Amino acid sequence: MNYRPTVGEILQAKGVSRRGFLKYCATTASLLALPPSMIPRIAKAIENARRPSVIWLSFQECTGCTESLTRSASPTVEGLIFDAISLDYHHTLQAAAGEQAEAARHAAMEENDGQYLVLVDGSIPMANPGYSTIAGISNVDMLMDTVKGAAAVVAIGSCAAFGGLPGADPNPTGAVSVQDLVKDKPVVNVPGCPPIPMVMTAVLTQFLTFGQIPELDKHGRPLAFFGNTIHDRCYRRPFYEQGKFAETFDDEGAKAGWCLYKLGCKGPTTYNACATVKWNQGTSFPIESGHPCLGCSEPRFWDKGGFYQPLSTGHFGSGATVAGAAVAGVALGVVAAAAGKRRQAKYTKEA
Amino acid sequence: MNSVNEIPVGVETTHGNVRPILSEILHALDKLLDENATTTIDLASLPFGPGELDALEAALGEGELVAKLDALGNSRIRETTYPGVWWIEHRNVNDEIVGRYVEVTRLPEILCSQDADIGAGRARLGEMFE
Repeated sequence: MNYRPTVGEILQAKGVSRRGFLKYCATTASLLALPPSMIPRIAKAIENARRPSVIWLSFQECTGCTESLTRSASPTVEGLIFDAISLDYHHTLQAAAGEQAEAARHAAMEENDGQYLVLVDGSIPMANPGYSTIAGISNVDMLMDTVKGAAAVVAIGSCAAFGGLPGADPNPTGAVSVQDLVKDKPVVNVPGCPPIPMVMTAVLTQFLTFGQIPELDKHGRPLAFFGNTIHDRCYRRPFYEQGKFAETFDDEGAKAGWCLYKLGCKGPTTYNACATVKWNQGTSFPIESGHPCLGCSEPRFWDKGGFYQPLSTGHFGSGATVAGAAVAGVALGVVAAAAGKRRQAKYTKEA
Repeated sequence: MNSVNEIPVGVETTHGNVRPILSEILHALDKLLDENATTTIDLASLPFGPGELDALEAALGEGELVAKLDALGNSRIRETTYPGVWWIEHRNVNDEIVGRYVEVTRLPEILCSQDADIGAGRARLGEMFE
């Protein structure tokens, strides 16, 4: 196996001072949403960490996730790729192509057997493997072959995590998520359309720092970033509590920056870190720009009704389901009433 | 109209997120005086509305000491008008802010010379006498 230097050695070779290293650790703690009191432990762990090999597979996707990651500021993606991780295979970013690229993937798998990370963006078509192939290899074959020797798999974006847009009704390609196929390796879901770049880099940094995947929620998402709803952390929450809502996109409430709940905001049912981590180097997030949250980090968000329908109209579970439930409720009521009458009749007879 | 700022949209800037942090700083100062315990508040993890971060910075004001650190990008370490309360901003090599903290301490750790750096510097100086 090739010698893999520790991060401490890499920084030392670059002439980074101890102060610079402490600064790096402070921003890493911030990135991992860990308390600043953890910085000394992080410093020790990072200093001795060896950079992991990463294989990135792109299937049915739009490259938006890679676009998002390459705009990540902390640590810079250049730093992440060249210093913190060894990105051995990535269709879009690598110079090699065709057989040369596939050879690089196999070499990385052999050299780092049992230790490398597989990152996947995009869903996998199962209706016909020919819908999406790379170097003549179907997506499902490439995924299953590559994860065999992996330490863990990270599903980047809502397509890889939950099926995403390709998996939306009527799902013409039979698209499935990574966790639908990979059952014998730890799978971390980092959903979002696209995911927040800092959350992607944080998962990699967590693995680099502590050699393990972060604590996950029931959908396989890192709790540090998906533990609270957008609504929980929204700066407009006080307006919700006060009952101050924008009714249209150009009324006085919208101009005053009031709550967007009635304009379809999915913040109350969406778990993500946009409200605190924010986008574009911490500039803002959709609600701060005056647009409701679409709920893009939740499973099957494309099929959950209109983006501009308020949650109170039965968005999650859809109007049709709510209407169906109402009809079922009536029907159950009829059945219950009939049963009650039968019981009454029986008792009347017995009496 | 030349810039976005000239668009006549009035956004309410008070969302109530500044006062709780000032209260936390007040308690942190008590801990510093009574127990010699330092506190670091990571401002990245807190919800701020437009203008609120500026409001917090303005509320803390500028003190008598400012330090600039040039390591993996620039950092600005500034004591606020409240002694013992430091405003720290870390930037990366692209000059993008990557961390923003309020530290309640007598002297932020990052300002102290570190043993590893002292040792490396001593070795360089020692070469003059070989």
